[in-house]
Amino acid sequence: MKSLILHTATRLMIGVLVLFSLFLFFRGHDEPGGGFIGGLVGAGAFTLYAIAFGTEATRQVLRIHPITLIAYGLLSLVVSGLIPMFIAEPFLTGKWLFIEWGAFDTKLSTPLLFDIGVYLCVVGFIVTVIFSLEEEG
Amino acid sequence: MLIVVALIFAVALVSPWIHRLFKEKAGWILALLPFGSFLYLASWLPHIAAGNVVQQSTTWVSLALFEVNLAFYLDGLSLMFGLIITGIGTFIVLYGSGYLSKYAYLPRFYCAILLFMGSMLGVVLADNLISIFVFWELTSFTSFILIGFTHEQENSRKAALQALLVTGIGGLALLAGLVLMGFATGHWEVSALLNEGDIVRNHPYYLAILILVLGGAFTKSAQFPFSFWLPGAMAAPTPVSAYLHSATMVKAGVYLLARLNPVLGSTEIWLYLVGGFGLATLLISAWLSLSFTDMKQILAYSTVMALGTMTMLIGLGTEIAMKGLAVYILSHAMYKGALFMVAGAVDHEAGTRDVLKLGGLRPLMPISFAAAALAAISMAGIPPLYGFIAKELVYEAALEAPLWPVIVISLAVIANIAIVAASAIVVIRPFLGAKVETPKKAHEAPPSMWIGPLSLAVLSVLFGVLPFLVDKSLMVPVASSVYGFPIDFYLSLWHGINLPLILSILTLAGGILIYRFWDGLRESSLMKIYQAGFAMGPIKGYDGLVAGLLSLAGWQTRTIQNGLMSNYLITILVTLLIAVGYTFLAKSGLVWNPSFENVLVQEWALAIAIIVALGIILAFGHSRLTMVIGAGVVGFGLALIYLMHGAADLAMTQVLVETLTVILVVLVLIHVPKIKDARSKTSKVRDGVIAVSAGAMMTLLILAVTATPFDAFISEFYAEASYPLAHGRNIVNVILVDFRALDTMGEVVVVAIAGLAVYALIKMKRFGSADSPDSRSADSSGAASKQGKTL
Repeated sequence: MKSLILHTATRLMIGVLVLFSLFLFFRGHDEPGGGFIGGLVGAGAFTLYAIAFGTEATRQVLRIHPITLIAYGLLSLVVSGLIPMFIAEPFLTGKWLFIEWGAFDTKLSTPLLFDIGVYLCVVGFIVTVIFSLEEEG
Repeated sequence: MLIVVALIFAVALVSPWIHRLFKEKAGWILALLPFGSFLYLASWLPHIAAGNVVQQSTTWVSLALFEVNLAFYLDGLSLMFGLIITGIGTFIVLYGSGYLSKYAYLPRFYCAILLFMGSMLGVVLADNLISIFVFWELTSFTSFILIGFTHEQENSRKAALQALLVTGIGGLALLAGLVLMGFATGHWEVSALLNEGDIVRNHPYYLAILILVLGGAFTKSAQFPFSFWLPGAMAAPTPVSAYLHSATMVKAGVYLLARLNPVLGSTEIWLYLVGGFGLATLLISAWLSLSFTDMKQILAYSTVMALGTMTMLIGLGTEIAMKGLAVYILSHAMYKGALFMVAGAVDHEAGTRDVLKLGGLRPLMPISFAAAALAAISMAGIPPLYGFIAKELVYEAALEAPLWPVIVISLAVIANIAIVAASAIVVIRPFLGAKVETPKKAHEAPPSMWIGPLSLAVLSVLFGVLPFLVDKSLMVPVASSVYGFPIDFYLSLWHGINLPLILSILTLAGGILIYRFWDGLRESSLMKIYQAGFAMGPIKGYDGLVAGLLSLAGWQTRTIQNGLMSNYLITILVTLLIAVGYTFLAKSGLVWNPSFENVLVQEWALAIAIIVALGIILAFGHSRLTMVIGAGVVGFGLALIYLMHGAADLAMTQVLVETLTVILVVLVLIHVPKIKDARSKTSKVRDGVIAVSAGAMMTLLILAVTATPFDAFISEFYAEASYPLAHGRNIVNVILVDFRALDTMGEVVVVAIAGLAVYALIKMKRFGSADSPDSRSADSSGAASKQGKTL
């Protein structure tokens, strides 16, 4: 869509939206948010970009084909499920790694990897559908 | 053993990067993996030869009903198969690196072939019935990928689907059979079942178990009439055919029958079914191999014949048959693997595998010729090759068949005559005789492509001349594990002049005779009818079944999904009304006790706003855009209600989903023509009645649900356990990614598949297939879609 306001606003917003989606994603385990919501916001960001600048430009910004995103998402889900099996625990058992830095501590876990998978699948799904609808119409 | 299987899977997943790192050398590096596994398995040889078995077990899934263990069981039978899989696998990885060196998908080949290798190794090493099935399905799945490797070609895709459908349906039968067997005995480990044979054989489910298991084994091991997928699978690149379709995967069915022989075997019905199907398969396919001129097709049908022979031997179930089975499997894996690889090398270097277009390649490809000649001599069963010992034992077993030995031996000899002729065809035609102009200028294949066939051919000679190298160490344990009791024997090339030897000489003479008149025989109308009946007949049956299924699906789709959205809604709502309404009235009855005490002022305001918004949509909803935005407003209103009750996650999701839904629907609506409400008055009334009743029913249902006392046990558990168990304070997220992660995984997979389906449906329009129902609507909305581009 050719609109100076939309173009300018989108340029300013896209970074904020992507950051916001990551923020929602990472706080998700303790505060409202998570992979699904974060993914929806992220997909919203790329949808906005596609409306403003067209799908070709969005593909370049995204760099990865959205279906590949879905594939990596599914891979993360499966890997997060398989990790506990290597230490002889059932599929999808949550495994945690606590790293203490002093100032703030980090929790790394298989549920986090699982949530990354959800995030990628949601973004990949919506962007795939939006691209297909816009390009093929 | 778990580590070996897991390591193969792990390396498979990183193999594309190994290829990127080492380029042409990647094949040699990746081949170290199966070679290492081979050495590991071989290190157990002395232990197994001493009559021991190895068992290792890791709990995988633990349920109240039963446990699924990643249990592994190594005895003679699984050890021999494991050695074949890893040994020939080493050569195949090397061979593939040469054969596909100029092919862009080479990394994908490494990945798929190693995945297959891991799965196949899993099948033969697994002890638990469920894990056998899982690995079994993985081999079907990876073979689907490998057969359809050149996916740009339609016949590859078709052959891949054919193989997947046939072996997949068989796999389902197998699962049912294994589960029945597990529940019948209460044992889920094969090692335990081996001692429970009498319980299974006398169980009322025995016949069902037997037929289901045979369904799985016969489809996988290409027994007639399911044999057609195997020659079709020759559409795969030759390294795949050599590995999957001669040395390993097709033998999975034979392996399973051999494995379960002590459990299910030695009954009359087993003899009839297993022996009978094996005998029919070996006879029919042996002669079919003579009706083709493509080297791979000839070899494919001779492989089906070999599978038939193995099945028949298992069916016979005698001590000598088990001895023959052990030797036959090993000798077949060696000569057939070698012959397939040479056929591929000929194709690769000369540009064709049609024996009529080849000739005189011997001076140009001397090493390949040597390998092919030795392997073919072994296949024809000529001394001193290992194949000779195998064939002698097959004849001995046939002569001692518990039922109709005269018929069994005659049919076996007739089939083997054809195989002798086939062996001659695949080596004499391409390599000897006058030089024939080939599409490509032929030269010797690279070392990666001849090292495998040559090694296998040399082993065929070595084991033939010095059979004691493998008899006590491997063949005796194999025959003992199939037989169920320890048996002891030694092998030798020379048995004296006895009936099998005379029959062998007869076979050889007959084969040479057939070879002399092969051109005439192949062109004769009798052979054409034979080929049409036995090779094409089952394919026609399969095609008919698939076409019938598709037309049934087409009819059903045209009837239920006729493209009118309002019809879909009516169908869904009426079904819901009847199904839920009936259950509701019958089981619960109406409840009417709405209470408005705790409703806040702002909630009243919101509810009124939602109703007003809906009213506006209904009253002024002449354009779809207004309606969609109106529906979006209603959704936002719901989100506010969630928020008031502290469900922040739900509210956020609702807002985001509503927003994206409006965008998606608008993108679709651009292409849809304007609303023309052409409904008659009666249908408007009908729609109204359906809409109001559905709404009323949902209201009553929710009232009834909220009236039942709420059991807070589960929600309290989540609230309490969320932080201590899952280290997260957001219960919704913890439930999604931890407590109920398996549900989420299922949902995400649905999302992923839906995404692929949308993509495929929309992209398909571009190719404008004439028979697709949406190609017509695409034309009518053509003008609208042009506007859509400017969005």
